[in-house]
Amino acid sequence: MPVVWVLGCVAALLATAVAAVGLGRRRGATQAVYAASFAASAVALITAGAQLALAEGVAPALTLPLGLPWLGARFRMDALAAFFLVVVNLGGAATSFYALGYGKHEAAPARVLPFFPAFLAGMNLVVLAHDAFSFLLAWESMSLASWALVMAHHRDADNRRAGLVYLVMASFGTLALLLAFGLLAGAEGSYDFAAIRAGAPTPLVAGLVPMLVLLGAGSKAGLVPLHVWLPLAHPAAPSHVSALMSGVMTKVAIYAFVRVAFDLLGDSAWWQSMVVLALGGGTAVLGVLYALMQHDLKRLLAYHTVENIGIIYIGLGLALTFEANGMGAAAALALTAALFHVLNHSLFKSLLFFGAGAVLTATGQRDMEHLGGLIRRMPYTSFAFLVGCVAISALPPLNGFVSEWLTFQAILQSPDLPQWGLKFLVPAVGGLLALSAALAAACFVKAFGVTFLGRPRTSAAETAREVDRCSLGAMFMLVALCVAAGIVPGLVIDALAPVTLSLVAERMPLQLEVPWLSVVPIAEARSSYNGLLVFLFIAFSASLASVVIRRFASHSLRRAPAWDCGFPDPSPATQYTAGSFAQPIRRVFGSLVFRAREQVDMPAPGDLRPARLQVEIRDLIWDWLYAPIAVAIGYAADRFNRLQFLTIRRYLSLVFLALVTLLLALAIWP
Amino acid sequence: MERLYFDAAHLLAGGLVLVSFVQLYQDRLYALLNVYAVHALVLALSVAWQAFVQDAPHLYVTAAIALVFKAIVIPVALHRLIQRLGIHREIETVIGVGPTMLAGIGLVALSMAVILPVTAEADPLAREDLAFALSVLLLGLLMMVTRRNAVSQVVGFMSLENGLVLAATGAKGMPLVVEISVAFSVLIAFVVIGIFLFRIRERFDTVDVQALDSFRGERQ
Amino acid sequence: MAIAFDVLVQGVQMTVVLLAAPLLTGFVRKVRARLMRRRGPSVFQPYRDLHRLLRKEVVLAENASWLFRVAPYLIFAATWVAAALVPTFATGLVFSWTADLIAIIALLGSARFFLALAGMDVGTSFGGIGSSREVMIASLAEPAMLLIVFTLALAAGSTQLSTVATYMASPDVGLRVSLGMALIALVIVAIAENARIPVDNPATHLELTMVHEAMILEYSGRHLAMIEFAASLKLLLYVSLIGCIFVPWTLAAADAGAAALGGGVVTWLAKLAAGGFMLALFETAIAKMRVFRVPEFIGAALMLGLLGTLLLFVSRAL
Repeated sequence: MPVVWVLGCVAALLATAVAAVGLGRRRGATQAVYAASFAASAVALITAGAQLALAEGVAPALTLPLGLPWLGARFRMDALAAFFLVVVNLGGAATSFYALGYGKHEAAPARVLPFFPAFLAGMNLVVLAHDAFSFLLAWESMSLASWALVMAHHRDADNRRAGLVYLVMASFGTLALLLAFGLLAGAEGSYDFAAIRAGAPTPLVAGLVPMLVLLGAGSKAGLVPLHVWLPLAHPAAPSHVSALMSGVMTKVAIYAFVRVAFDLLGDSAWWQSMVVLALGGGTAVLGVLYALMQHDLKRLLAYHTVENIGIIYIGLGLALTFEANGMGAAAALALTAALFHVLNHSLFKSLLFFGAGAVLTATGQRDMEHLGGLIRRMPYTSFAFLVGCVAISALPPLNGFVSEWLTFQAILQSPDLPQWGLKFLVPAVGGLLALSAALAAACFVKAFGVTFLGRPRTSAAETAREVDRCSLGAMFMLVALCVAAGIVPGLVIDALAPVTLSLVAERMPLQLEVPWLSVVPIAEARSSYNGLLVFLFIAFSASLASVVIRRFASHSLRRAPAWDCGFPDPSPATQYTAGSFAQPIRRVFGSLVFRAREQVDMPAPGDLRPARLQVEIRDLIWDWLYAPIAVAIGYAADRFNRLQFLTIRRYLSLVFLALVTLLLALAIWP
Repeated sequence: MERLYFDAAHLLAGGLVLVSFVQLYQDRLYALLNVYAVHALVLALSVAWQAFVQDAPHLYVTAAIALVFKAIVIPVALHRLIQRLGIHREIETVIGVGPTMLAGIGLVALSMAVILPVTAEADPLAREDLAFALSVLLLGLLMMVTRRNAVSQVVGFMSLENGLVLAATGAKGMPLVVEISVAFSVLIAFVVIGIFLFRIRERFDTVDVQALDSFRGERQ
Repeated sequence: MAIAFDVLVQGVQMTVVLLAAPLLTGFVRKVRARLMRRRGPSVFQPYRDLHRLLRKEVVLAENASWLFRVAPYLIFAATWVAAALVPTFATGLVFSWTADLIAIIALLGSARFFLALAGMDVGTSFGGIGSSREVMIASLAEPAMLLIVFTLALAAGSTQLSTVATYMASPDVGLRVSLGMALIALVIVAIAENARIPVDNPATHLELTMVHEAMILEYSGRHLAMIEFAASLKLLLYVSLIGCIFVPWTLAAADAGAAALGGGVVTWLAKLAAGGFMLALFETAIAKMRVFRVPEFIGAALMLGLLGTLLLFVSRAL
């Protein structure tokens, strides 16, 4: 059975983790561990892919005699699990391959090597789990393994703070999920997913559980306002782990939401989809605005993950709405759009984090303000990073555009919805989605332009060297997948058909039958898009232009100093920096969203001191939500501290009071 | 042909909402007065079209009153007033233009959300006109609330009244006497406000209402 | 046989679009000059400018990378493909289903992405100015355009331009408020995207006022020729777009005879002339805005698009 294969791979990963503890600092330990992880992930990927493409009918569940004695541990690989296993293991395989090269630069391998395979194993188990207990166990092990990886470089105070915030938010998330599964299990306490699916939930449960799962899975995915740990923790981990956390772990959180909201609960009320849509829209815009203000490359990528999670939740919210209103075809379209974006984001976000890791290895810098001109020193990395930037900005003919296009088509299906709240919310969310797409392009022009283009700003950037072949190989593998998914998106859409069939009982029309491999979401007269032809047309036009130019235009070329309107400045410090690039957008959007304020301190004429520009940005979510909570907890903790210093008589009276209260409760309770 | 009547009426009513938004966008007094004149002109056209569609000749008189008084006389008079008083001609807003426009869209959505479900079984021509009229009213109120200059508050009040006229003509059968009384009340309000403006300027040398607050002792 | 004819018509569209673009730019310049009581350059001057630039030597900055040299080709190719997909004289051309309106806008976005990167490449402050201002304008103009697309798609039931044009030419469309708002918003977005007054001055080299010119400051020779050509194509695309959506009655169907198609070409040229004239009139009548007032201007288009979409969501008759 395919499940057995994947469980075997998981066991191999766990064995590798244990072995890595033993191998410790030996030579070749890094290579061995990552090679083993790559092999295990590759086998799991092929198995899951075969299951998704070829399997028919309902998959059986496998029960292992582990865990709780009366429950066992159940695992099942249905279409949804197969798709997410493909995503997880693709990310895992690419990351392991990348780390074969990158891992050599790790200063403390003993702190990273044991936890990496355990992290991969945890993620695979979450997707495979078929009962609540194994699900939560795997979820927690995934969180703990990634926390250990975040704390790998623990001497840095920022990393320690990141670890603390991550731990608190992860615990909060698990608590919410625990409550959700407890409510789902009901009074009989049947944690098996099959039993939960078969049972009919009460309206209270049906109303409360999706919100709890939204809190729990949303905090792990990075939904605003629960996203605060993400930009602290993701950059703190080593780069290949950041790629896994941003590209893959957030998708596992999406899996949790999809599993509970679509599969286990079945029907949902339409007002719940309003909450999902509103949160998704807000997350998308806020994520990209935060990303635009950053000048740390990895933090920018982490905030941008928040934006893409918002886009995925918009798609999921639309699917919930359509399902609640009985519009099956539109629900299938929205769900396909969301899941396609899941795959796309794992591809290009991993690619971008690999690039950032390569830059970090080559220059030792993460701050864009100290980089520049890397396109000449690191040509292959910059090419791969460029493809990642084009893909993530949703530009045709690459894959990011296809999932955004499908989401827009899903939004255009919604005027037939009867509820008034949705009639106002959906166009607003459409506007927010359009705004976030445009801002994302701006963000990546900044990221690529300041880091790779221009002139080097420091000697670290001037003396950078290209990274090793394994890292480049992993990046180019992902580049090829991004291009392939953009040119033949019909393959991916057809591969997702079994997933949507199992969740909303409908699927998009068969794409491979459409002539010329176009993508036709509903009907050809309505809308269609052909990635292959767009790509070919662009290639044809560019070649035609270059042929004509070669034939008729002058060929001469001369190198000279830059024109710069006649004032070429030798200092590279006069180039645009990340902060100055973002200034117009900061003035337009930031003064409202971040209370961005600029203060200029100009010295009087004759005074020789330099002028100063100070930009102040406040994270309003932190100020209004988390800081008050932290203050309140501190205050309560101070008050409760008095319990440490009571006399013996007071402690005895506490015990007495507790006993009396319980006896009273017992007496009054009917 | 029916469809053309509906569409033209909606177009004119929607145009009135659009001109209200353009009023909210303005930050210079003379431009604001010109836009208000256009607002009254569109109202006159809309009322005239309603007169044609509903076959109610007394509405032509209403349209003529709107055209003469509100599109010509009042803007010219306010123009002269501003010149005589020498009022500062930039309009300061309480919140920026962007948030004001977003609030405007929210108000349009609100009026749609209120009127359309409530009047589900009424005449389709009237319901959407009523929703637009309520939007114009709310946008006029928004203008009064978010502007610091007394003249722009007067203009907001006038455009609010235009919305009321649109609502009244949209619902069939408004008698002329109502319009005469409404027009006279507008005229009286204008005269009163003009007198007040003169007195305020005499006393305090400015018509910025924030300056008034400091004299009331509310601000330090 | 019919397929060959269809492909021929599509090829003719692509060529005609390429040939007419500099003519439109020249016409707009001529009308502006005449309105300012100058004689102005000849209408065919842009063709001569392109020829001159192609013959000149390229002067490349010492630290320009391969991206700087490749970008003009990509920009030109993406803009030409987008312009060739907009129905100019006929709807339902054989490749018109390749990309709908959203894809056409995204293709223009790709061109802009590479142009902004090229501006950052040489590492001068002017390039940075141009790129940062351009992405700010784009961050408002693109959502406005997408909301306009939503309005049109909700009214016409499709994002495919041929279907939208056919719907707008049919009697079902009526006079709708949301479509009127879409028209005004589209004109504002077209002005912003084509770097025309009041958003940007296409003939300036002052740091205070440059956006598009600042990004292409370091380009010369054949590269500059391709970028200028791409800018003309973009203007042609937007004028054709406004024409095919809001004045659609003269568009021929793709399977009509050669006479109908010829008539379509003539009326398209007339629409271009009318559009160019009105653009020149508007540019002469209004002054350029300072950079931080431009977001308010485009924000107005965004609001109009949002309002149009909202009205159509709320009531299909609006």
